[in-house]
Amino acid sequence: MATVREDAEAARRLPGVEGVWVFIAADMCFFALLFVSFMLGRQEATPVFEASRQTLDINFGGINTLILLTSSWCVVLAVEAVKRDALARVPHLIAGAFLLGVAFMVSKALEYGGKIKAGISMLTNDFYMYYYTLTGLHLLHVLAGNILLIVLWKQARARRFSRGNCVVLECGASYWHMVDLLWIVLFPLLYLLR
Amino acid sequence: MVRQSTTLVWLFLMAATIATTWWLSKDGFSARVGTVAIFAIAAFKVRLVLLHFMELKQAPRPWRLIFEAWVLLATAAIVGIYLSTPPLAA
Repeated sequence: MATVREDAEAARRLPGVEGVWVFIAADMCFFALLFVSFMLGRQEATPVFEASRQTLDINFGGINTLILLTSSWCVVLAVEAVKRDALARVPHLIAGAFLLGVAFMVSKALEYGGKIKAGISMLTNDFYMYYYTLTGLHLLHVLAGNILLIVLWKQARARRFSRGNCVVLECGASYWHMVDLLWIVLFPLLYLLR
Repeated sequence: MVRQSTTLVWLFLMAATIATTWWLSKDGFSARVGTVAIFAIAAFKVRLVLLHFMELKQAPRPWRLIFEAWVLLATAAIVGIYLSTPPLAA
C-alpha cells in the first residue's frame, strides 16, 4: 500500500520550474495584501467608496474578465496541443491568447480614457487611488504577459516545444493564468462589491 | 478527454462570470447577499483556474495546499472585512 501511495506521489508534478511558482506565490500574496488594504480603506470611507464605485462601468470589467478567461483557455489548449504532438496548432493558439491580451489592454485604455476625460485621477479620492493602483499594477502584468506570449509564439513557430521539452511554455502559461486569476478577484472587488 | 475537461471548465468560468456581472450585481439582490455570493463564486472560479488551468490538481500536495490556502485566506479576509463594515443606509 505504501509503495502505491509513494508512486502516486512521485507521479505528481508541478508544471514549469519551481522558481516560477515561488514568484507566482509571492506576487499573489502581494496582491492579497493590496486587497485587504483596499477593504480597510473602504471601511474608513464607505460612502465615498460606494459612490465612486457606482461610476465604474461593469460592462468593461465583465467583458475584460471574459477576455482574460478565454485568453487563458487558449494557452491551456496550446500546452495540451504540445503534449498531444499537435505542434502545428500551437502558434495559432498562442497568437489567439496574445490578441485577447491586447484586447484587454485596449479596453483598459478606453476605460482609463473615459475616466481621465471626466476629470477623475488617482488624486480624486481614496477609491480612485486604489482603482488606478490596483488596475495599473495588474495592467503591467498583462503587458509583461503579452511580451512573454510573443516570445512563446516565436518559439512555437520555430517548433521549439515538444512533449519532452515544454518547460518554458509551462512557465509562461502558469504566469498568464495567474494574471487571469488576479483579475477574477480584482473585478468584483472594485466593480461589484456594494 | 483532458482537452474536453478544460474546455468544460472554461465554459463554466464564462457562465459564472456572466451570472455575477449581469445578474447577481443587480438590485434584485440585497447588497449583502449579492456581494457574498459574488465572492463565493469568485473564489470557486480562482480555485478552478488553479487546479485545472495551472494544473495544481496534479502537483505535489504541498504546492496545491499553499495556493488553496491563499484562496481561502484572501476570500475570508475580503468577506470578513466586508461583513464587519456597517452597511450604508439604503
